[in-house]
Amino acid sequence: MKSINVGKLALIGAAFGLAFGGAVTAISGDANAQWQPRKPVEFVIMAGQGGGADRLARFIQSIIEKHKMSPKPLVPINKGGGSGAEALSYLKSKPGDPHIIMATLNSLYTTPLRQPGLGVDIATFTPIARMAEDTFQLWVHSDTGIKTVDEYVKAVKKAGARNWKMGGTGKGQEDSLVTAMLEKKFGFKVTYIPYKGGGKVAKELIGKHIDSTVNNPSEQAGFWDAGKSRPLASFTPKGKLKGKFGGIPTFEELGYGSDMVYYMQRSVVAPANIGKDVQKFYVDLFQKVYQSAEWQGYLSKKGLIPGWLTGQALTDYFIAERAAHKKLLKASGEIK
Amino acid sequence: MRVAELVMALAMAVFSLYLMWKSAELPIGWIPEEGPGGGAFPFWLSVGMLVCCVVIVIRWFRRTSPLSRSTEPYMDARTVRIFALAAGSLFVMVASIHLIGVYGAIPLFLIFYMRYMGSHPWRLTGVLAVAMPVVTFFFFEIALKISLPKGKTEPLFYPLYDMFL
Amino acid sequence: MEIFDLLMGGFAIALQPLNLGLIVFGCAVGLFIGAMPGLGSVNGVAILLPMTFLVPPTSAIIFLGAIYYGAMYGGAISSIMLGIPGASTAVATTFDGRPMALQGKADFALVAAATASFVGGSISIVLFTLFAPPLADVALAFGPPEEFALMILAFATFIGLGGDDIPKTFFSIFIGLVFSAVGLDIVSGQPRLIFFELPGFFHGVNFLVLAIGIYGIGEILWTMEVSKGNVVVSQANVTIRGIGKSLRALLKTTKTMLMGSFLGYFVGILPAAGATPGSLMAYGIAKATSKDSDSFGKGNVEGVVAPEAANNAASTGSMLPMLTLGIPGSPTTAILLGGMVIWGLEPGPLLFVEHKEFVWGLIASLYAANLFALLINIAFIPMFIWVLKMPFTILAPIIFILCIVGGYAPTNSMHDIWLMFIFGVVGYLMRKLDYPMAPAVLAIVLGPLAERSMRQSLIGSHGDMMTFFERPISGTIMVLGIVLLLLPLVKIVRRREAAT
Repeated sequence: MKSINVGKLALIGAAFGLAFGGAVTAISGDANAQWQPRKPVEFVIMAGQGGGADRLARFIQSIIEKHKMSPKPLVPINKGGGSGAEALSYLKSKPGDPHIIMATLNSLYTTPLRQPGLGVDIATFTPIARMAEDTFQLWVHSDTGIKTVDEYVKAVKKAGARNWKMGGTGKGQEDSLVTAMLEKKFGFKVTYIPYKGGGKVAKELIGKHIDSTVNNPSEQAGFWDAGKSRPLASFTPKGKLKGKFGGIPTFEELGYGSDMVYYMQRSVVAPANIGKDVQKFYVDLFQKVYQSAEWQGYLSKKGLIPGWLTGQALTDYFIAERAAHKKLLKASGEIK
Repeated sequence: MRVAELVMALAMAVFSLYLMWKSAELPIGWIPEEGPGGGAFPFWLSVGMLVCCVVIVIRWFRRTSPLSRSTEPYMDARTVRIFALAAGSLFVMVASIHLIGVYGAIPLFLIFYMRYMGSHPWRLTGVLAVAMPVVTFFFFEIALKISLPKGKTEPLFYPLYDMFL
Repeated sequence: MEIFDLLMGGFAIALQPLNLGLIVFGCAVGLFIGAMPGLGSVNGVAILLPMTFLVPPTSAIIFLGAIYYGAMYGGAISSIMLGIPGASTAVATTFDGRPMALQGKADFALVAAATASFVGGSISIVLFTLFAPPLADVALAFGPPEEFALMILAFATFIGLGGDDIPKTFFSIFIGLVFSAVGLDIVSGQPRLIFFELPGFFHGVNFLVLAIGIYGIGEILWTMEVSKGNVVVSQANVTIRGIGKSLRALLKTTKTMLMGSFLGYFVGILPAAGATPGSLMAYGIAKATSKDSDSFGKGNVEGVVAPEAANNAASTGSMLPMLTLGIPGSPTTAILLGGMVIWGLEPGPLLFVEHKEFVWGLIASLYAANLFALLINIAFIPMFIWVLKMPFTILAPIIFILCIVGGYAPTNSMHDIWLMFIFGVVGYLMRKLDYPMAPAVLAIVLGPLAERSMRQSLIGSHGDMMTFFERPISGTIMVLGIVLLLLPLVKIVRRREAAT
């Protein structure tokens, strides 16, 4: 009885193997063709579901799907744990894997700096493309009567040390760094309350549970249109923002110095040591996305700054931004 | 049952001590102006776990709970055998996913379970062992576009992707 | 009757052939995705999002809304049949749904769940139609202290759910809460409780991992022991007459259904809460107010009806903050929100003004989706029952496989599979010693919400605890919660006194 079982088992196994093996030899393509993904590409997202980074990544996936830009689909996978630490260590553990790419945000710099134990060096990742830069504005509720940065500073100082509530998405996150910039510039102290996600922060402002926020343009746009919130100034250099957000004064224009600038990059990277041909495939793919009418329309509508960058220039940009974030984190006391 | 009750309570007490130690990596006290520190929530809850374990142990010594008086065996020989077989085969299956992937592990697990545990006829076993991975593949990989782990069998699926995606 | 005209306009959109087809297809797809352990509406909606690029935005949201609805119905199916909650919203459904299935009343439980879902969905859509904008203000008034108070209320309702063994019930709650703290400390942004420095713990201990481990793997191990190997799980036959009889029997539970629907809807519109606390509180209240509260947890149909009405009502409710405030009340609405942005719609207060066609098309299609989900669900009940009649040595390995595959899908990590295996085995061993498991599973869902809102409140109040009692809404809920929390303790003390 036993022996029959084993025999049959082997038979079934052999049948499986034969079927697959046959298929492999039948289809394996010609070697001279350009590299193409052989299976669905893991599109790792450094943040949880529903956040800004997640929305962008899924939007990119939709564009690729709609125009059939890739022979195999991109499958978004959220690995937002530990402010993206999970995604970073995942990418680090897969050098040379051609079927993984990652959508990043600024935790690409801050998380390895704050958690040196991860041993992640982002300069080793293969740069693919910078798709856009996002920025922040300082927002207040429209009922407050605060219309300018000057009035804002007065109001915060009048409220007294730490009585002004500023909403954000967590210590070490982009908005907390921008808050620290404000505190340093104007010499006040606010109470920083972390919420889950920028959308929640925007809602808390409208519900008057907090006094001001630094939100992305897209997070406040709906409330701004409805006359519930008001932007005071933008953390961009002059003239960078277009469309309806272009009318918001920048801190630079208002004479607070050119250091009151902060960008949130929206880039795509791949693991270290993927082949040149693999890199080329992804760069071409994202260039197509970048040039699509959908992407360009989205950028102008949502107040994102177009900024295509790839190759060594992108790595250089990452390294420069990492240095800048190191300074910011040190200044805010987050790292030593 | 009596012995098991004590062993489990002690094991969980040790586990809660570990959790307390691990939580203490972050501040566990009250931070002025801010409320509890980052480790406070898990730390004090682990203390709560420990207290519960201590109460269970005290009850055990005083024989005040039903389980601390029970003379029934925790697991009889038959239960031990079923448990070991089911949990063990599951363990082997999960471990084998790393090597031969879900699509290798599923049929092997089904064949083992249905033949050895259930003594079902070969025909039924075979049909299920083939149908289950096929259905899983089409449902997850093609319809829902969720890639399941494939271990070393990954390249075998490239032609299938070419055909269906 | 402006609303009536708008709604009629909406129906004209929803009943266009393309949209109607999408509703039916979406409901069916959602039902199956929801019925798989581990997969829920969030997977269905996320995965099918790119497909919606092919149709106009209104049809797209109609399709995704139908999937959402179908999945909410489907969630009850695996809860009842396998005892595995496919999503946190369906945990409460297992408490009585599973015992009913084991008693051979799976058909009744399934019909009850579907009917209650329908009632909950219908009532909430009507409320949505009539009161959407004013309710948005209620959602806005809920800040962190109010959220924390609501969590206390939710905890209060399930203290009574544990077994009679008090230290073990508390142990279960505590361990669930500690696991919920794994991952990241949101206030300081530091990693927390990363056991053995494994990167898999960065994303925390997922609810599904614990739930599938305990209810899937643990439950099967348990059933194998109890059933002596080869016993059929359920012996229910489905006939039209049987369904009719079930429906008549359900008339008695009308009050519970209504309670669940209203409660679920109001908890659902609060941005942080979502459907899980709603379904839980509905269960707790149904049990507390029932004359026959001891039969809860042993197969009382009211214990299926209350949470199911509530979670469907809440899922409609959570559309409200999404549409009017642009913030998600649940992971699924988070994805839907992303979809709206992709289609070029700006969620927010102006959506109801500027995109009337979209909003009312969606509302009307929810009415239609609710009806179709009910019909499709009932039509498939015989098939589900047939599955249950399989010999256990076939069903068990299939459930094991579903657990493993379903546990992998949400996070794509083998780490979670191993964790699930450990939870299953340890959970089984503990369950044999009368440690209740439900409190741990629920604590892991509510823990992060509770901790976050508490610490946010305290930072805002500079560490002053009174903030929870000073604000009118939070103060009221808080007092209610504390009273409820003390009630079961009083009961126990009385029972002890009576015994001695």
